Amino acid sequence: MTDQAPPADERRRVEAQSVAAARPSHAVAMLGEAGWTRNLGLVVALAILSLVGVLTVDTFATTSNLLTVLKNASVIGVVTVGMTFVIMGGGIDLSVGSLIALASVWSTTVATQSFGAGGVWFCALTVGTVAGLINGFLIAYGRLVAFIVTLAMLVGARGLAQYISNQQTQVVKVDAINDLAASSVLGIPVLVLIMLAVFAAGWVLLNLTTFGRRTVAVGGNAEAARLAGIDVRLHTLLLYGLSGLCCGIAAVMLTAQANSGASTNGEFYELDAIAAVIIGGTLLTGGRGTLVGTFLGVMVFTVITNLFILNNLPTPIQNITKGAIIIAAVLLQRRGKSAATT
Amino acid sequence: MAAQLGRRGILLGGAVIGASALAACTSNEVAGGQQTSGTKVAAGDNGKPGAHITIGFSCPQADHGWIAAITKNAAAQAKLYSDVTFSPVEPTNDVAKQIAAIETLINKKVSVLVVLPNDGKQLTAIGRKAMDAGIPVVNLDRIFDTPLAYRTWIGGDNYGMGVSAGTYIGEKLKGKKDAVIAEVAGIDSLPLTQERSQGFKDALSRYGLKVTNRVAAQFTSSSGQQVTSNLLQAAPKIDALWNHDDDQGVGVLAAIKQANRNEFLMVGGAGSTDAMQVIKADNTPLKATVTYSPSMASSAISLARLIGQKKGMSDLVENEVPARITLASATITKENVDQYLALGFKS
Repeated sequence: MTDQAPPADERRRVEAQSVAAARPSHAVAMLGEAGWTRNLGLVVALAILSLVGVLTVDTFATTSNLLTVLKNASVIGVVTVGMTFVIMGGGIDLSVGSLIALASVWSTTVATQSFGAGGVWFCALTVGTVAGLINGFLIAYGRLVAFIVTLAMLVGARGLAQYISNQQTQVVKVDAINDLAASSVLGIPVLVLIMLAVFAAGWVLLNLTTFGRRTVAVGGNAEAARLAGIDVRLHTLLLYGLSGLCCGIAAVMLTAQANSGASTNGEFYELDAIAAVIIGGTLLTGGRGTLVGTFLGVMVFTVITNLFILNNLPTPIQNITKGAIIIAAVLLQRRGKSAATT
Repeated sequence: MAAQLGRRGILLGGAVIGASALAACTSNEVAGGQQTSGTKVAAGDNGKPGAHITIGFSCPQADHGWIAAITKNAAAQAKLYSDVTFSPVEPTNDVAKQIAAIETLINKKVSVLVVLPNDGKQLTAIGRKAMDAGIPVVNLDRIFDTPLAYRTWIGGDNYGMGVSAGTYIGEKLKGKKDAVIAEVAGIDSLPLTQERSQGFKDALSRYGLKVTNRVAAQFTSSSGQQVTSNLLQAAPKIDALWNHDDDQGVGVLAAIKQANRNEFLMVGGAGSTDAMQVIKADNTPLKATVTYSPSMASSAISLARLIGQKKGMSDLVENEVPARITLASATITKENVDQYLALGFKS
């Protein structure tokens, strides 16, 4: 294998070229005007929603409500970071919700809880990452379609979670875990800080490291990336592992919030996560996207839920509105994009 | 070479230790063993062994604590009788599969069927088919569309549950005209949720009170936490809150704790062991829960046995088991919690 690959120096040079070719407007998209036009639809949607909130409910614009919104966005927010990487790398991960269920159940069994908070964290992160790596291994080295592999994991992981928990809600007695959701640092809830840290780490990884540039290259054109000397299969494996790790972190956060682990945790999170990533401007075909957009996407959905409950409105109307917002945001985005290119 | 092997050895060893530690972490055994609760054999003639019968049992797949307890109770109760062969079929959440499973039990010619249908309306035909084939059906909780499909129906009282919760809260808040009363419902599309809410509303109206904030969750703790955290923002000051389900109540309580709120009283629903322990400890807003006990599965098995053996209920004058039994929804508070702990179920 080594004798076919070009020497390391050469490889790095070619790779840099191919990455540059795959994303010519990298710097512009990151900092310049194009980045903002891409997110314009979401910013407008958020602004409209906030305006509606301020006009209809007096408690909307309070600090405590805004922190609640951020807290409610935190779990799904962490999941979408991993999802953004996977989708940008040209893949899809349908298993995120089930991985959260599995990690939350595995890390809250009576046996795991006996090891305290450390045991819960270790177990959740390991289970999430390993399950993600299994996804990645089957997709990259088993040459199976990502949609199918992660669909199988969606079913299988939830099944395993049901098996372990015997389909019962496992109440968490470890105070250090439960307190995560109740405590704040400098007035900001710890869960929100964790989400912001994950987003920041993701942003650095995506925009400032070779790993990030390779993700863009692999998602943009896997064949070109391979010819440029990127180990596409290894990279794909790592992307799914990363998504699994994010699910592990999210599982602990969700467990802390609900004071319990259950096989029903994280139901339909894959749809919420994919929706947020897509309306955030990431191409479903891979190769382009931003974490800022993803964050805005998550916020739009969380603010809608908050607004509806504050206004005492029923769930069906909420779902109709969410569907309409997805379409509206994507339409606005397309218009913004074509305006930017012409 | 040796160094390489060493490193691999360490990696491999680490992986093996990690994997076995993780595998050990799937255990849910509590030290001290399992207690059997929610089952009972009657004293007197009805408790003595009679003619041997086979009871077929079909119910939905457990997706939360209550259904899990139904399954467990039915099996445990059947085990208490030496004259009963218990014949359960694989639980499923698919209506077609449940119909197929009940077909199998009919073909197997079991003496009596106990069925908790996924959907009473959709399984009415198969209930009738069993009755037509001469197999008495004990319809558990979710009711069939026609009495022709069951010999006896036994189930909880969803409307009554709402009434119990509303009455408890009404008594506490009597005379407080502008009281803020919140409701965290379960899955909103289910008839049982609508009945519970109606009962709650009707009971409150007797005291001149009404529900001011209502949200719906999914019967799961994580959904309970999500909607409640928003609800607490919508209502900066609450007087009372009723949560329909103790499973989602774990999350509701978590949200209340996270928001640092305790100015109101909370009432739960169903009667899980966990909720009862919280009520007993009396250090959260949860002061009461209204029962919808899965012990009804145990009672259904007992009724099925009596029907199969053509006996009546010993305290009643009639020679037959009644056609319909609606269980009352009890209100559990700190005062009477000890008496109900044995009927609690693990959420």
